[in-house]
Amino acid sequence: MTMMRRLVSAWRFVFVVSVFLAAGVTLGWRLVDLHVVDQAFLNQQGEVRSTRIDPVEAHRGMLTDRKGQPLAVSTPVETIWANPRDIDADDPRIARVARVLDISEADLRRRLRTHQNRQFIYVRRKVQPELADAVMAQDVPGFHTRRDYRRYYPTGEVSAHLTGFTNIDEQGQEGIELTYNDWLSGQAGAKRVVQDNRGRVIKDLSLVREAKPGKDLALSIDLRLQYLAYRELKAVVQAHDARSGTLVMLDVDTGEVLAMVNQPSFNPNDRSQLDPRRLRNRAITDLFEPGSTMKPFSATAALETGAFTPRTRVETSPGYLRFGQYTIRDTRNHGELSLSEVISESSNVGMSKVAGEIGGNTIRNLYYRVGFGQATGVGFPGEAVGVLPAPPEWRPVEVATLSYGYGMSVNALQLAQAYMVLANGGVRYPISLLKQDEAPEGERVIPEAVSRQVRGMLRKVVEEGTGRRGAPAIYDAGGKTGTVHLVGAGGYQKSQYKAIFAGVAPADNPRVACVVAVDAPSNGEYYGGEVAAPVFARVVNDALRLMNARPDIDGTSVAQSPVDDGERG
Amino acid sequence: MADRDFIRQMPEQSLGGERGLLGAIHLDPWLLLLLSVLLCAGLVVLYSGADQNVAVVEAQGVRIGIGFLIMVLLAQPDPAFYRRWSPLVYIAGVMALMAVLIMGVGAKGAQRWLDLPGLPRFQPSEFMKLAVPAMAAWYLSRFYLPPSLSRLMVAVVLVLVPMVLIIRQPDLGTALLVGAAGLVVVFFAGISWKLVGAFLALIGVTAPALWFFVMREYQKQRVLTLLNPESDPLGSGWNIIQSKTAIGSGGLTGKGWLSGTQSHLDFLPESHTDFIVAVLAEEFGFIGVLALLFLYLLIIGRCFYIAVYAQDSFSRLLAGALTMTFFVYVFVNIGMVSGILPIVGVPLPLVSFGGTSIVTLMAGFGVLMSIHTHRRMLAA
Repeated sequence: MTMMRRLVSAWRFVFVVSVFLAAGVTLGWRLVDLHVVDQAFLNQQGEVRSTRIDPVEAHRGMLTDRKGQPLAVSTPVETIWANPRDIDADDPRIARVARVLDISEADLRRRLRTHQNRQFIYVRRKVQPELADAVMAQDVPGFHTRRDYRRYYPTGEVSAHLTGFTNIDEQGQEGIELTYNDWLSGQAGAKRVVQDNRGRVIKDLSLVREAKPGKDLALSIDLRLQYLAYRELKAVVQAHDARSGTLVMLDVDTGEVLAMVNQPSFNPNDRSQLDPRRLRNRAITDLFEPGSTMKPFSATAALETGAFTPRTRVETSPGYLRFGQYTIRDTRNHGELSLSEVISESSNVGMSKVAGEIGGNTIRNLYYRVGFGQATGVGFPGEAVGVLPAPPEWRPVEVATLSYGYGMSVNALQLAQAYMVLANGGVRYPISLLKQDEAPEGERVIPEAVSRQVRGMLRKVVEEGTGRRGAPAIYDAGGKTGTVHLVGAGGYQKSQYKAIFAGVAPADNPRVACVVAVDAPSNGEYYGGEVAAPVFARVVNDALRLMNARPDIDGTSVAQSPVDDGERG
Repeated sequence: MADRDFIRQMPEQSLGGERGLLGAIHLDPWLLLLLSVLLCAGLVVLYSGADQNVAVVEAQGVRIGIGFLIMVLLAQPDPAFYRRWSPLVYIAGVMALMAVLIMGVGAKGAQRWLDLPGLPRFQPSEFMKLAVPAMAAWYLSRFYLPPSLSRLMVAVVLVLVPMVLIIRQPDLGTALLVGAAGLVVVFFAGISWKLVGAFLALIGVTAPALWFFVMREYQKQRVLTLLNPESDPLGSGWNIIQSKTAIGSGGLTGKGWLSGTQSHLDFLPESHTDFIVAVLAEEFGFIGVLALLFLYLLIIGRCFYIAVYAQDSFSRLLAGALTMTFFVYVFVNIGMVSGILPIVGVPLPLVSFGGTSIVTLMAGFGVLMSIHTHRRMLAA
């Protein structure tokens, strides 16, 4: 009995000790398993949980005018995002977040529910830092903020067509923002951060890749001139109840665009109600028949042949000219005119007769040399090159109409470029929307003497011809009017015109070339000399003053400018 | 040692070394030393696990103080005193458990607390961890050991009644601890091989029944999660995966005190209560956990020693049961945190934040000290 009980007890004792030891060994083995065998895996799992890679947004480069005035800047803002996996869509606190952010609570809940398996959704992008702080102060788990940038256009409508705009991801969508997107965009970097269980960033651990900020870009425009042009063009479009308008001003010695405005315009900062019609940079994307503004180039071609001088007489009676079924008309019978007067009185008949003598190819070649029918090279999105016809055989009527700017199409920038060539003595410079640090390489396309003669003709247009209202207050200028029928759905529109004025100033040593075009003015006046010329006069006058050009005319007396006009000389 | 009768042995060696000041107030120096080391280390880990919240550490300090006080108080009476009062305390405890089911308060779908006027709010089930083994020991020690089958049955019923009441709260973790403590008494009292085998067989048979009829859905889920935590990594598997990650990422020597990423960035759930071992493992590594395990093993060894050398059946049974309770605590907690046992709400004894368990455990150690330090007087 005792013996047996002893055995039982001994077994019991051994059993208990065995249980202790077995338990100890089991736990020890398990810990070895976790700490040593699985250590690498579990440690990496820990890293996966507690660290993540976050993007470091790169700052997009700034757009400025030629003097450094900002046109497009990226300002730091915050983006609110959420991790739906960490959020119960029925959490009552979501209401607070929605209220602070001024967004629909029901909508937010629905999105959280829809994307409950995602780990990232935007809640509201690009809000002011104060608002982001207010959201974070609600301390609702699963909501986070991230540094972001918002593109802001301080000049608003004024340079909207030129700068274009970016989308919400800061990628250029239009204009310079699109053309030079790669230059402007930085490269987002990446950093490793320590996060807690709610995904909140506890601290930055290391920079995986540095963010490369985008580079700034200086445009060629002068914001002062741009403002001026914007104001005058808008005024004239409103005054004449016109459909649209365009103004381009070039620096004639560098080919830089000093001002480029269009009406209607848009506010790139608020594109919630955007009419695509307003988006177009018409100066570059819209084509039109240049009409009489081409006559100076036909005259240039004539002078170049050596067979004509500004004083060569041309008979324009009886004020019309027939080519088979077509009739070319002047506004009245001008009688016999000099070549110079053909320009200043804008005689279609006279121009057609000259053209008939020099031939279509001579005119076309000149047009081509001053830049028509080719891209200007500014690389602006949506640039329209236009049509410069080159038929194998010219019919007389085609030669005639080409000489006064019909049967071809140009954009306003091309037209300004051609006037630049006349203005600077015959050199064609590449057109640039960016500020040029050194004088560009130009190409002589017209003899200097010829260009001087044509400038004399242009001056005469402003002094005594159709473009008298294009005379700036204190500067002499040269220019040419144009009034063309607009082309609509059934051909030329009877009562819709485009009023154009293209000119250069100051007349004796031009610094700027400027084109003004107003579509469909509908308050009675519609001639280029009536609608567009006054805009030219005001804009060019103030622009030259801002550029410190010496006035040709002081307040009281009209200074005699040196004669550079063959006709008067 | 192997041929010594575990129940009947009357130790004869001298107790001289244990006299002195501590002996005079009936404290066991070895146990006192080991407990003090563990409690201090526990506070250090707790400071980290509670995200350096000093208030938590202070509250824990206060509880440890209360625990110490109770331990010293309970070490004073003779074990005979406990034997006398066991039935009454047991009956009061069972009534309190019934009261909990009727008028208890609690949270998260479980009623565990009793809020009686004039008394501090307490958890009767916690208290039963001592009362049930004491009752079983009282009952079985009244007869010759080993007991007859019918008396064993009575003892088992005495254990099962409070256990079932606790399960109903529901509080499976505590019920298992209470049940284990009581059944350990039955085991030590001397049941035959056949009965042990029969009991194990019974568990094997009833386990499926428990699974289908007794266990709640969330309890089943915990078991399933243990088998494959990755089946629901963001739901029920979250705790265990996170704690395994925390433990494993500590490596051999750990990341250093207060430097654990998993525990400090909210990835580790319950980092200052049930899962505090994971904090220790992450920050002090394998070495740290091993040291902790060793400390627990020494404490269990000392308790077991006290049980072996206890002088009467009641004391021996009770001491054995208290030792086993402590052992089960340690094993279940570390087992669940390291992913070899299902998750039941068992804190790491004397380290996890939480008042009741510390006080109960310290009370148990007080009784153990009483048993050990009153030997000579009994023997004399």
